[in-house]
Formats: sequence, C-alpha cells, structure tokens
Amino acid sequence: MTNSIEIKNLDLSFGAVKVLQDLNLNIGEGEFLVLLGSSGCGKSTLLNCIAGLLEVTDGQIFIKGNNVTWAEPSERGIGMVFQSYALYPQMTVKGNLSFGLKNAKVPKDEIEKRVARAAEILQIEALLDRKPGALSGGQRQRVAIGRALVRDVDVFLFDEPLSNLDAKLRVDLRVELKRLHNQLQNTMVYVTHDQVEAMTLADRIAVMKGGKIMQLGTPDEIYNQPRNLYVADFIGSPSMNFLEGNLEGGAFKVDDMTLPMTGYDFAAPQTAGRPAIVGIRPEHVVTGELVRNAPLQFEADVDLVEPMGSDTLVYAKLGQHSFRIRMDGQARVQAGEVLQIGIDPARASLFDKATEDRL
Amino acid sequence: MANSDTMAAPAALAAGPRGPKPKRRMTRGNIIVYGTLFIFALYYALPLYVMVVTSLKGMPEIRMGNIFAPPMEVTFEPWVKAWSQACTGINCDGLSRGFWNSVRILIPSLFLSVAVASVNGYALSMWKFKGSEVFFGILMIGAFIPYQVMLYPIVILLREAGLYGSLTGLVLVHVAFGMPINTLLFRNYFASIPEELFKAARVDGAGFWAIFFKIMLPMSLPIFVVSLIIQVTGIWNDFLFGASFTGPDLYPMTVQLNNIVNSVQGVKEYNVNMAATLLTGLVPLTIYFVSGKLFVRGIAAGAVKG
Repeated sequence: MTNSIEIKNLDLSFGAVKVLQDLNLNIGEGEFLVLLGSSGCGKSTLLNCIAGLLEVTDGQIFIKGNNVTWAEPSERGIGMVFQSYALYPQMTVKGNLSFGLKNAKVPKDEIEKRVARAAEILQIEALLDRKPGALSGGQRQRVAIGRALVRDVDVFLFDEPLSNLDAKLRVDLRVELKRLHNQLQNTMVYVTHDQVEAMTLADRIAVMKGGKIMQLGTPDEIYNQPRNLYVADFIGSPSMNFLEGNLEGGAFKVDDMTLPMTGYDFAAPQTAGRPAIVGIRPEHVVTGELVRNAPLQFEADVDLVEPMGSDTLVYAKLGQHSFRIRMDGQARVQAGEVLQIGIDPARASLFDKATEDRL
Repeated sequence: MANSDTMAAPAALAAGPRGPKPKRRMTRGNIIVYGTLFIFALYYALPLYVMVVTSLKGMPEIRMGNIFAPPMEVTFEPWVKAWSQACTGINCDGLSRGFWNSVRILIPSLFLSVAVASVNGYALSMWKFKGSEVFFGILMIGAFIPYQVMLYPIVILLREAGLYGSLTGLVLVHVAFGMPINTLLFRNYFASIPEELFKAARVDGAGFWAIFFKIMLPMSLPIFVVSLIIQVTGIWNDFLFGASFTGPDLYPMTVQLNNIVNSVQGVKEYNVNMAATLLTGLVPLTIYFVSGKLFVRGIAAGAVKG
C-alpha cells in the first residue's frame, strides 16, 4: 500500500503550549483512518494541519508524495467536511456544491456533470435548488459531504461530521459513510471522540492524547491489545476493570487472590516480579454455565444492577475491589447475590504500574 | 387498589384553584406603571407636537401666545421660507444650500467609512495576523479621545494638506472618526459567524476578497444597516466639525440651522425656525423609519447565535 498522506516530525505550538509534538503518521492509499481522542488531545488540530488551515511550527506534510507543508488548502487536493456542516447559507445546495469549482475556474459543463454525479451518489438531487436553511440536519451533512465529493480529490477530511446529528441519524449516516468509502475507495481521515464511530468505520485508529499518538492500529488491535493503560481505559464502554497488584513468576497477585496468567501473550518474557495492573473488560467476564470452562473462577458480591435491555450491567465487589460485569439482557441478577464468574487471562491485559505500558 | 376507582370514573374536583390562573388587569400596580408611562410619553411627544403646530401657523397667530393650540389657518409659508428664503449672513437662499452641502458631505463619508470599516472588521476577525490585537486596541483608543482635543491638530493637518475649508477635508475627518466604532461593530459581527464557514471557503479555494464578497457580505446586511444608521445620524447631525473645518459657503445644514435660529436681526420668526429644525431632522428620521426593523435585528445579531 503506498502512502497517501505522510506526516513527518510535526510540531505545533500556540505560544508556549505544545499542541502537537514530534508527530509521525503515514496514511495509506484508500485507507480509512480515524483520529480518536477526548477533547483537547490535538486530533482536530492535526486534521486542520493536514488541511492547511493551520500553519505548522515544524515538520512536513506530504500528500500523494507532494510536499504540501506551505500549500494553500485549495491546492492540497483535499475535501473537508465540518461538524457544523458550514454550508454557505445564502447559496442554494447547487451553489454550495459548485462554489469551489467556480473558484478553481472549472468549465461550466464539467461543473454540471460533477454536481449531478455527487447529487446522485448522495441522493440529494431533489434538494439542489433549496437553501441550506430548508434542509434537515442529515440532508445538510450530506450536502457538506457532496461539497467534498465534487472536488474530485483523493483525500477526504472529516472533522466530527456526525456529532451534531441526533442519535438515530448518526447511525444511519455512519453506515452511509462506510458504504461511500467502499464505493469511492478514497483516503479518508476522520476525527471523532466517539469510539463506536471509530471502531465501526476505521481501517486503522490512531488514539491520541496530549498531542501524541498513543496507539496506532486496527480496531481489533486497539480493543484487544491496548498498548498502554490510557488506551485500555479509553476504549470500551463500560470501561475496563483495573486491579492493582504484583506480577510474580507469571502470576498476578492482588490481595489474597492469585491469577495465573496462563495463555497470556506477553510482549517480553517476564522474569523479575514487578508492580503491575491487570485490565479485564466487563464483557469478557463469563457467568452461568460458562464459568465451569473458564480457566479462572471467582465469586463476586453483586452491588448494583443496571438493566439496559440488550445487556445487564452488574456492579460487583471482587474482594475489596469494585468490578463491572456485562451480562446478557435476560440475566436475572439482584443486588446482594453472590455471582459465580469466570475470567480468561488470555483475554486480559497486563500493564507495568510505573510505565503504564503493556507487558 | 384504591387507584382503580379513580381510573374508571372521573373524580369530582376539589374546591379551589383550577385551570389557568386568572389575570387581573386593573390592579394598583398596573395603574401606577401605565399611568407613569403615559405621562412620560406625553412629556416626550409634546415638544414635537408644539414644533409641528407652530411651524404651520402664521406669525400673527403665534403672537396670540397659545403655543398648544392647533393652527386656525394652516400655512406652509414658513416651510417654504425656511427652505429657500431664510437669510444666514450674506446668503438668503434658506436651508437648501446647507442641505445640499450636507448631502455632499454625507454620501462620500458614508460609503468610504462603511467600506473601510467592514473590511477592517473582516480582516481583524478572520485573518488575524501578528499584532492584530494590538492594532485593534490602538484603533479603539481613538474612540475614547474627546473630539475637542483633536480639533486644532486636525486644522493644522488639513492646512498642510491643502484641504482646510474644503468638503474633501471634512469627509476625510468624518471617515477617520467613524472608524473605531464601526470597525468594532463589524469585527464583533464577523467574529460571531462560525469559523468553520470561513475554513470551508478556504478549502473551496476562495481568497481574502472572494470570501469577503461572496460569503461574508451576503450574510451581513443587518450589521451594514446598523453601521449605516450610526454613520448617517452621526455625520448629518455633526455640528462641531462642520463649523470648524468649512467656510460659510460650505456649511452643512446643522450649522446653517444654527445661524438661522440665532440670527439677531429683525423679528424672531418662530414658525420658520421650527420648520427649519424639522427639515434638518428629516433625513435621520427617514433613515430610522425605513430601517428600524433591520436595525434591531443587527444590534441583536451578535448576542445570540442562530
């Protein structure tokens, strides 16, 4: 896979505040890359740097092999979709779609052709003569995507495009976006703080924090093998259970419990003992019939039960530690009960307590 | 269960408040509030009434002394006289000369100041450059310096530039003095426009002027109206600069009005004075009536996003 976007040693500071630090990132041709992180992690800033809307302090950006570090946004071969849609309110949908092309002095019949094609792909043909004010949120965002589409570029940049939509529309448009990517095979860089969007859309996810990329990997890697404590905690809802203890001779000890880590894929052989943290996802805890087959079995005291229809979230105590367990929606559990649970160490994550990196 | 009874048959309502709370109109508080408002409204409207009535009377009727009485015989003679015959100094062609002078001052000052201030505000809010905040701060200081302090320096400046006593000089002064407040207005208005719109236009390949003319201008009619009203009233009502920087032939309407009203020769023609004053106030008044609705919309525009 050749690289569509290359970011080399990128630095960006606003005065004394370093927003991006020595950031390197290669995005493949046709890849759907999601920049994921909580607010203030620098993900939108990075996207604005790629778009050329922010000037970088140091480093280089290449798009399709061209050094575009100093290029204007319109010269970079990108299309961009914004959270607030950012449609020009006084222009019709057609005017919105063709504005960029007119600025680029594209011939008139070519503009017509491209607008018609984009409208067809996004199914907004009937809306072409309307003003943005007369459109619903979902329609507006579709027009905004169309505005990127008509530019006929290789790289699409999305800045939290679904955040302003209501929950149901968000899911619909998410599916449509994925379909669009399958159809167009463009490179797409997508900024979001929503991990569901990230997991469902991405070929690869870059989890960011404090202007740095914490982990870059496929959704599967990010979910199953988080490289450090931050990623482990950030991904997954409800979030991972963490127990602090010691790793000694291939077994994790916390208070009087011992978890032999048989089957766990250590990054490096662990000989010396060390303080460590084990992370277990609430949905990886088994209950009922399945406990018998689980490598490790415990008893947990049920504290509180949250039935959510599809799942039941159980807040329990494992020893003195609070522990979340995700059970089937049909599970009938009540506070005060003692629940038999099973854990598979192969699906857990171990982190060094000092460095917070995966062991 | 006890509830099942009430579910089946509608329960009898208990005595006491039911449905919407009744509104009481003639309370003591309301009478005091509306009474006070009415008295103040009269108080404000009365001078205007006296002016209009007096301007429509002949001198004999005015001498009878009933200033509140409506005219027994309506005459437009005072208006005609104020417009075309009243004497100021050596000129006896009424206010018309001053009116046309004021128009010749107003139009270029208005266009220049609104044009420059809108571009100023646009640049200062959307295209921030190093030191743009400092630049804006300096501009704002200009809004707080009393005009009197500047009079003499400006006289020297205009004399050196060879513009003293000309309309061009006065226009330049008006443009300069309108700059701080109008730039502030436009800057705040443009700052309230979502930044993403500006970014989208840049991705679409629009430059400084294209974004200004094609994206921002069509969205900013309300603030242009606000700026227009401020400038029209400010420039039209100006007396100080007009009297200081022009000569008798070029006096604006306000200065001429003053000269008519304050002339000490002959009989005081109250009806002519009233007509002249009303004539002078007509232009700002028209602007208010025509654009009042847009004015309110523009003033409120910065406050609430939407």
